[in-house]
Amino acid sequence: MELTGTCITERDGMIVIKLDNGYNIGVDPSACRWLERPEAAAPRLAEVLQDPALPGIAIISTGGTIASRIDYRTGAVTSQFNADDILRAIPRLAAIAHYRTHQVCNILSENMNPSIWQELAHGVYDAIKNGAEGVIVTHGTDTMAYSAAAISFMLDTPVPVIFVGSQRSADRPSSDNVMNALSSAAAATSPLGEVAVVMHGSPSDDWCAIHRAVRVRKMHTSRRDAFQSMGMPPIGRVGYPDLDVSLDMEARLRRTGEPLLQDRIEERCALLQFYPGMPPSLPDAFDGCRGLVIAGTGLGHVSTTWTPVLRGMIEDGATVVMTSQCMHGRVCDRVYDTGRDLLKIGVVEGEDMLPEVALVKLMWVLGQTRDQEEAAAMMRADLRGEIRRCSAHGL
Amino acid sequence: MDYDMDYEALGLKAGIEIHQQLDTREKLFCKCPTLLRDFDEHTGEFQRYLRATESEMGEIDRAAQEEMWQMRRFRYYTYDTTCLVENDDEPPAPMNREALDAALTVAKMLGMTPIRQVHMMRKLVIDGSNTSGFQRTALIAINGQVMEGCRIDTLCLEEEAAQRAGDSAFSLDRLGIPLVEITTAPCMHTPAEVQQAAEHIGMILRSTRSVKRGLGTIRQDVNISIRGGARVEIKGVQELNLIAEVVRREVIRQQHLLTIRDELNTRNASVDETVHDVTSLFSGTGSAILKRAPAVLAVRLRGYGGLVGREIQPRRRLGSEYADYARKCGVGGIFHTDELPAYGITADEVRSLFEHLQADDGDCIVIIAAGREKAECAARQVISRAAYALEGVPEETRRMLEDGSTAYMRPLPGAARMYPETDVLPVIIDTEHWESLVVPELLSGKAEQFADRLGLDPSLARQVAFSERLMIFECAVDAGVKPNLAARTLLGTLTELRRDGVQVENIADDALLQVMLAAEGGRVAKEALPELLRVVATGVPVEDAVSQTATAVTTDDLRAMVRHVLEDRADFIRGRGMAALGAIMGVIMKEVRGSVDGEVVSSVLREEMRSFLEEEKP
Ligand SMILES: [Zn+2]
Repeated sequence: MELTGTCITERDGMIVIKLDNGYNIGVDPSACRWLERPEAAAPRLAEVLQDPALPGIAIISTGGTIASRIDYRTGAVTSQFNADDILRAIPRLAAIAHYRTHQVCNILSENMNPSIWQELAHGVYDAIKNGAEGVIVTHGTDTMAYSAAAISFMLDTPVPVIFVGSQRSADRPSSDNVMNALSSAAAATSPLGEVAVVMHGSPSDDWCAIHRAVRVRKMHTSRRDAFQSMGMPPIGRVGYPDLDVSLDMEARLRRTGEPLLQDRIEERCALLQFYPGMPPSLPDAFDGCRGLVIAGTGLGHVSTTWTPVLRGMIEDGATVVMTSQCMHGRVCDRVYDTGRDLLKIGVVEGEDMLPEVALVKLMWVLGQTRDQEEAAAMMRADLRGEIRRCSAHGL
Repeated sequence: MDYDMDYEALGLKAGIEIHQQLDTREKLFCKCPTLLRDFDEHTGEFQRYLRATESEMGEIDRAAQEEMWQMRRFRYYTYDTTCLVENDDEPPAPMNREALDAALTVAKMLGMTPIRQVHMMRKLVIDGSNTSGFQRTALIAINGQVMEGCRIDTLCLEEEAAQRAGDSAFSLDRLGIPLVEITTAPCMHTPAEVQQAAEHIGMILRSTRSVKRGLGTIRQDVNISIRGGARVEIKGVQELNLIAEVVRREVIRQQHLLTIRDELNTRNASVDETVHDVTSLFSGTGSAILKRAPAVLAVRLRGYGGLVGREIQPRRRLGSEYADYARKCGVGGIFHTDELPAYGITADEVRSLFEHLQADDGDCIVIIAAGREKAECAARQVISRAAYALEGVPEETRRMLEDGSTAYMRPLPGAARMYPETDVLPVIIDTEHWESLVVPELLSGKAEQFADRLGLDPSLARQVAFSERLMIFECAVDAGVKPNLAARTLLGTLTELRRDGVQVENIADDALLQVMLAAEGGRVAKEALPELLRVVATGVPVEDAVSQTATAVTTDDLRAMVRHVLEDRADFIRGRGMAALGAIMGVIMKEVRGSVDGEVVSSVLREEMRSFLEEEKP
């Protein structure tokens, strides 16, 4: 019996064939006979039409699942499209603004690093300098909150800079990419004037939340509404499908004036989550770090066995910041002896900052100053809304 | 209708596609149970939009595109027995091996060749019945055989879609239940053959005993074409005995469409592409529908007069087809002048409509009343379907109506609707595993065995073998229950009790077995079985029920009791003769407290009364 089909790829010793009935099957190479090599059909790409009368928005892409395609070599979904393809895939975007697109990189978000943050900050800065009335950054969701926080510190922006991604791959009819992208465009043309993350607000396709970049966290591995504002409500919301934007009183509003770029970063920083019995040799391994953020237990504690090691690091000029692995609530090292000891040796209380935001901030702060006192003061100060003066009631 | 058509001469070609749910413990791609729920048990709800995406081959599927017109919002019901996978909020778990083995077993029984490495695909389905917008499906085996000379092309393992719970609402309990899809070649040439093949495949599926039973757990799609006609796929035939009828009616429909085409061409008919706004024409109409509608549009079909109203299938006219197409735009229906004046539209109004469109008697005019946008969309649909009447039979996917006729559903899906499910790793089917799969005995074989070895009447043997209670039947016989008693109890008694409204599904297999053993051992009269089961169905333990349902009344006991009652009332009976039967019957039924079947009582009583009166004669 013979079947015919198109050879898609060879993987793990099997030839993957797409049969004429549409199904893929894997067969042993020895069972295949080659008939002909078909001409590769050039994809028919629709033209991207734009209305210059609409607000000018920059789309800066970094890769991620807002723009993905199937890779037949591995069978995995990877980020492959550039920002133009996003417009082609989501035609309604053209009714909201006109766009210039710029690709900073095309990576999976787990491969993101601080030097790409700097390139990204430059890209966003240039776009605003060139007159963009808002910026959309497409980003994989895994590390989107880190990048958004980084841009938040590196760039003082008068216009909205909106990070957006999708939790379900863009190749599926149910993908959240369309609604998230449209909502991000609505937010980018709104009166907002800060760095934010725009993603699904609920499991339904009914609204997107606008989260402050330095207070947002990915709280679920796969749900559409994985991103949550921590310790505060979202700073705004975008209705769907009407795309009406409503901003909270707390949202920073759009301003006139120039963006300010301060992109220096000290990469020699680390984030450690303390666990019961964690040996003091572990923080010791971070010797040479200029900054260390600890996600301590409860109010902000680590084992007393750590005290000498931390003291040594601080004496060597490093800045050590205490946050809590509770995620909710504020650090307070004045209640118990352990905490008081930590304060005594110079550990900085990170207030109610999220551990990873504290890490990004510490990298940036140490890029701005080498003075330990000044760095500590900056870490304790609220610079971009990352520290709440008052703690919220609920979780 | 003529049912004795020469199908061979008509060039009938038919194939079937059978979808059968598997009775696995877990769903195909998550660990949720394969449990159907009542809609009102749902614990949550969410809503989503679906949209067509560019498929692997770079073109949007035709059927998908039509669905996309109606950018629709779907609501989904969630349950405490569904999870984030059904919500399309979590990647699928690895393929359920229990389901794969069940599918492979069926493939083996059909003499098919397994695929070396199985790849899960995403088949685009954006009617809302899949939260993801696609159905996961994999080709498992190819090239089998059913009955004489009919080839099985493919066997696929798929996930079941969500169940429609309302206009745009779907219930997620069914989504993800494993399903095998068996597709035959278009190798059948008469309606009877199609039905036989479906029955045979159904029997094979049930022989595995790993498939779900009951209404809705098996669905047949039928592919039909006749010479000069077109391939039409009829979806969702649930009752097996309707398959032949569906095929017959489709043949009739295609024949009529071809006749109409020829007549239209003879008449030089054509479709006027202009859509006329006739809203003002009906401003004073007595028709509530036209009066209420923001826009009334009309389309002129030149030379179609009388044909739009012609019946093409029982209770379906050519106009019904146009209405189906129009409904895709969200309108309720259409009017056409072949059926007017009626529905509050007067002859005068029809006349002025003809004048307004400069139409003559040979023409037919279609009227659409709805919101302007919907009406315009519907008018275009009518124009395109009406124009197709000049060419013949359109290729379509149709759905079955209750009586076996069909209605248009959507265009036939194109080929470009599948791409790889990258979240599920391919699975290799090695020879060793394939060979280790045990092929179960066919139910038809079982039936023969029951007749030969157990001495059951052949038709009863078949009933038992094909019934859902096969397993408990075999247990009972093994445990010493006489085959006839077991068969009659499981098929007859339980069916009658169910018809009486007794919830027989509440009776556990174990309880059934105990009840039958009690009867076999003489602890209860066989006649008391219905009453006993009735009590057990209310949740009473079998032992309690046995002592509660009166002591065993054997036929001899009954006879003695009857005799006693007759002697007590000898005068009364002598006076009335056989006419006393009714009254005495009541007395005895009271005595046996319903533990003996009335018919048994009545026949015993009749006999005894006759002999009693006989004896009394001098
Ligand atoms: Zn589940």
